[in-house]
Amino acid sequence: MAAVQWRSRGRNYEAELQRCHPEVVPVDFGDYHPLKPIMVTDTKTRRGARKGSTSSSSSSSSSAPPDPLSSMLDGTDPLSMFAAASASETPAMSHSDLGRKRREKEDELVGPDFEPWPAKRGEILARFTTTEKLSINLFMGSDKGKAPGPGSSAVSEKVRTRLEELDDLEEGSQRELLNLSQQDYANRIEELNQSLKEAWASDQKVKALKIVIQCSKLLSDTSVIQFYPSKFVLITDILDTFGRLVYDRIWTMCDTALIRCSVTWRPPSSDSFTVEDVNDTAKETCLNWFFKIASIRELLPRLYVEAAILKCNRFLNKTGIQETLTRLTAMIRGIGDPLVAAYARAYLCRIGMEVAPHLKDSLNCNFFDLLGTFQQISGESVRNQLVQQRVEVPEYLTLYSPAISWILQCIAYRAPEPLLTEMMERCKKLGNNALLLNSVMRAFRPEFVAARATDFIAMIKECDEAGFPKHLLFGSLGRSLACADPPESERLTILNEAWKVITKVRSPQDYVNCAEIWVEFTCRNFTKREVNTVLADIIKHMTPDRAFEDAYPQLQSVIRKILTYFHDFSVLFSMERFLPFLDMFQKDSVRVEVCRSIMEVFIKHQVEFTRDPVILNAMLHICKTMHDSVNALTLEDEKRSLALLIIGFIRMVSFGRDFEQQLSFCVEARATFCNLEPVLVQLIHMVNQLAMETRRVMRGSHSRKTASFVRACAAYSYITIPSLSSIFSRLSLYLLSGQVALANQCLSQADAFLKAAVSILPEVPRSISVEGKLRSSESFLLDFISNFLATLLVVPDHPEHGVLYLVRGLLNMVQDYTWEDNSDAKVRVYISALPLLAAMSQETYLYSIPKVDSNETLYGGDPKFLSELNKLCDTLIGQILDHLKALGRDENTRRQGALAFSLFAVLLAHGDLRNNKLSQLAINLWNLSHKHGYCETRISVRTLDYIKHQAQQPDMAHLSDTIQRLALQSRT
Amino acid sequence: MSVTLDIRLKRANKVYHEGEVVAGVIVLVCKEPLQHHGISLSMEGLVSLQLSSKSVGVFEAFYNSVKPIQLISSNIEVAKAGKVPGGKTEIPFEFPLHTKGNKVLYETYHGVFVNIQYTIRCDMKRSLLAKDLSRNCEFIVHCQPQKVKVVPTPVNFTITPDTLQNIRERSLLPKFLIRGHLDATNCVISQPLTGEVVVENSDVPIKSIELQLVRVETCGCAEGYARDATEIQNIQIAEGDVCHGLAIPIYMVFPRLFTCPTLETTNFKVEFEVNIVIVLHDDHLITENFPLKLCRV
Repeated sequence: MAAVQWRSRGRNYEAELQRCHPEVVPVDFGDYHPLKPIMVTDTKTRRGARKGSTSSSSSSSSSAPPDPLSSMLDGTDPLSMFAAASASETPAMSHSDLGRKRREKEDELVGPDFEPWPAKRGEILARFTTTEKLSINLFMGSDKGKAPGPGSSAVSEKVRTRLEELDDLEEGSQRELLNLSQQDYANRIEELNQSLKEAWASDQKVKALKIVIQCSKLLSDTSVIQFYPSKFVLITDILDTFGRLVYDRIWTMCDTALIRCSVTWRPPSSDSFTVEDVNDTAKETCLNWFFKIASIRELLPRLYVEAAILKCNRFLNKTGIQETLTRLTAMIRGIGDPLVAAYARAYLCRIGMEVAPHLKDSLNCNFFDLLGTFQQISGESVRNQLVQQRVEVPEYLTLYSPAISWILQCIAYRAPEPLLTEMMERCKKLGNNALLLNSVMRAFRPEFVAARATDFIAMIKECDEAGFPKHLLFGSLGRSLACADPPESERLTILNEAWKVITKVRSPQDYVNCAEIWVEFTCRNFTKREVNTVLADIIKHMTPDRAFEDAYPQLQSVIRKILTYFHDFSVLFSMERFLPFLDMFQKDSVRVEVCRSIMEVFIKHQVEFTRDPVILNAMLHICKTMHDSVNALTLEDEKRSLALLIIGFIRMVSFGRDFEQQLSFCVEARATFCNLEPVLVQLIHMVNQLAMETRRVMRGSHSRKTASFVRACAAYSYITIPSLSSIFSRLSLYLLSGQVALANQCLSQADAFLKAAVSILPEVPRSISVEGKLRSSESFLLDFISNFLATLLVVPDHPEHGVLYLVRGLLNMVQDYTWEDNSDAKVRVYISALPLLAAMSQETYLYSIPKVDSNETLYGGDPKFLSELNKLCDTLIGQILDHLKALGRDENTRRQGALAFSLFAVLLAHGDLRNNKLSQLAINLWNLSHKHGYCETRISVRTLDYIKHQAQQPDMAHLSDTIQRLALQSRT
Repeated sequence: MSVTLDIRLKRANKVYHEGEVVAGVIVLVCKEPLQHHGISLSMEGLVSLQLSSKSVGVFEAFYNSVKPIQLISSNIEVAKAGKVPGGKTEIPFEFPLHTKGNKVLYETYHGVFVNIQYTIRCDMKRSLLAKDLSRNCEFIVHCQPQKVKVVPTPVNFTITPDTLQNIRERSLLPKFLIRGHLDATNCVISQPLTGEVVVENSDVPIKSIELQLVRVETCGCAEGYARDATEIQNIQIAEGDVCHGLAIPIYMVFPRLFTCPTLETTNFKVEFEVNIVIVLHDDHLITENFPLKLCRV
């Protein structure tokens, strides 16, 4: 094909724009929102209106599927329905019978504010451990020489024979497992739990009972006393299992009608039945269990097993539970060992709370009995035992705390104020026993404790130091005060009194444990001055011998607590001791974590821009710490999150109108955060924004001073960009900074930016990794080049270089770039360059930058310039046609068709088709693209429609000739 | 061909009183129709007595078992020889609990030397080739409630080294003072034995406090009578060195079947006692005995 002669079509952008504008219809915003699901009912008139608006027209054709999220929530969502239901229930505590009934019901139920046993369970298991060897002693057979269990004979003949068989099977199979580690022990107990379930499942009820009895017997063994609380937890698990099994079994024996009725209302084995509903068989079975248990020889198993099936009393009579609870409570008095007794009480309270939370009396009884037997703890037998096991008194005392705390928690739960006061008085009478006091403070409502904080402090002071260290007591008090406020007037005295004791604690570990708790109280109620003092004290205690190294978690928690209460960073950083406190975190990972938490709070709570030098300095210091932690081994994610935090800080820095200061901050920040690229990118954006802001302030015309300032900004960007490693951020930043420079009339800077962008184009790798996957960079590059070309329209030619210096440069780079084999990318660039060249040959450009003369003014439509453009176009078209030919040879007809069609489109839009050669070329391209039928008919038809429409415009009549010669291949 | 024969009483707890009707069903389960030579049902109440080898010689004890005393007996023929259809067949029956003459229905009691037992027995006679089938079922008789009002007669006790009898060396005994009370020695059998015990002081720590329930059975016979005390059950009420001055509850449920209202007849007696046993850490055993009178109201 002979070289075509390119002629650009003359364009009148104004007129075209006018034509394109449909008449403006005001958009009804009340009705329309781009994110609103689109309704098909919208009529055509509306649609026209929408085109006028900025919304994408593509969405208007969608058939508007309802938003799945909003349709899900159509009606009320189930969660909020529940919430609404409960909300409507709770406040109805007022007048009328109904209200009272409801209140009674509420009293019965244990609310979510009651910390349940399972929560304590894990804590106890983790806390009470031992390295000593443990033993399990199980007598599975009936003891010889003992009368046969009378209770068991009450069951039928069949069961009795089975029982005898069992006895034979395991007679005297006394198993003593010695030398068990703690883990072994737990495993054994779990095995027993399993075999209990198995025995039950295989209908060996007697064996099951035996297992339970033997297990509860283990609880009377206090050797390896440090492990006792954990042992208690493990074994009561088995008891729980047993209780559940018995209850469920008797439940299933009840009338099926009863079960059915309750299934419809509530889950099965619920408590909604009366004694009258239970049939005789179930009652008899239940009675049998109770008779059997009543004949257990040993006290402890009898107690525990009966407590385990306490709930079954429901099947027999209404008052059974209450009577049994009272009786069992009294029965515990028979247990000689105070620790065993305390835990038995804890178990009973727990079962009582589960089965009948409204029965408070037995709880109180339990506690009073416990107080009554308190003297035993210091008794001789206990002392002997401790000596034997080589356990110190303080350690022994802590063994009590889970049990006592639990009992007190049960008592204190929704208890009236006078009761708590009475409890306190009773404790006082017992010579202010520290252990007790500690549990009281932990179990009672924080508000209650807080209101009497002064009393408590007095009591703590009076207690004897022996056995229970005071800092633990203050710790417990502090914990309550952290949740509830004491009377305003007493606060300072409380803090002073408490801190007087705390500061005297010798061991740094004990000290920091206690201090950490009190920091919250201080932060809650006092100003930075007091907090500062506290911090100073902590520093003083923790610095000697580098004690802080062992206390990072506590120190971190101190920081966290301060941050929850102090959101004003100018106050925070004006605390003299805050930064020195941070210096105590000397382990890298911890320090970074602390900085991170500070930053997170900063980003969350700093809503206003800041220029406060105190904040800036401190934050820079913190950010620098984070930045400096980055090394070659830092994970990519870690870096990203650190960078995000730092960026969050940088964004909050603003010096208002003091632009120079801002720039110098950016310079400083660049020096500080040079290792984190995202931060640098942010800084460049910030400087660019600064330049644009300056332009806005100067309303587009710079004074000498501002002109040199924006040049400085450009210089900043120009220097910073090369240090980025990501090629695409460099490219886009060059382009962006170039545009900013242009907008600020810094022509030579803009030129430099764009030149730099062009010069690094060859460096773009053919594939880049996106989110960890290797992808071809081609599409990114094409996007960038298109964007770049669009900018080039307004860039005036450099006087010293030739015409279209940058365009040529770019095209040369594109020419030389090693594109992927078998790719049309290069040709696509050429095709997209044609519109630019066409636009450049217009008399008035489509867009321009105020105060910058583009080529239109420079050359003023000089024919030489135009012919230069046309020549360039010719070359490009030549290249494109060559490529098309090559494709044709290689049988790549589909790609050939597509390329030909896009070139056709360009010719149509930008070429002057009055020129015969061009119009002939267009027709050829059309035919080429349709030759192999790859063209989409719909698009072809629409193109034809468009041409027809265009042909009606003035000066475009020639198109009607062309259209005659464009045939729709697919239709024939 | 498997056949099962079972007797099911209507009452789940199988407890009946004199004058009531023992009702139930015979349940026959067989896969195929079953030929039989008659099904009969008998009810019997027996007191069986045995002499202990302690009171009389071993051989005499073996031979001289006292003849059992029949309290009640009756027979019914349920079905004449014939066929029972395959599947599950239930044949209802009723026995009135009426004694002949002036005999009394004693309460069911399972002891060592005295046993009072009531059974229903079902027999099915079959042809020579197949074994006869039979099934026993015990039911429980409670005697009529006592008409007279029970006077609880509580008892207080104090145990010190001085109150003890039957000791070898009083001087070796450690000092202790234990007090307490039983709420009743005239007990209602369906209600537990209750009371309190307080260890006021004790030089030697206490190891355990137990309640021992003892039956005292007396059998009259030609040579006189034999009286034996045996343990029924032992319940621990305190373990370890209990807190001094704190009242520890005494609580014991009377086991079913093994206890009955105190019984005194011409031929035998069944009585009960409770021992409070205190074991000291040096294995001293201190026992305080209380005779009980059980009754049913």
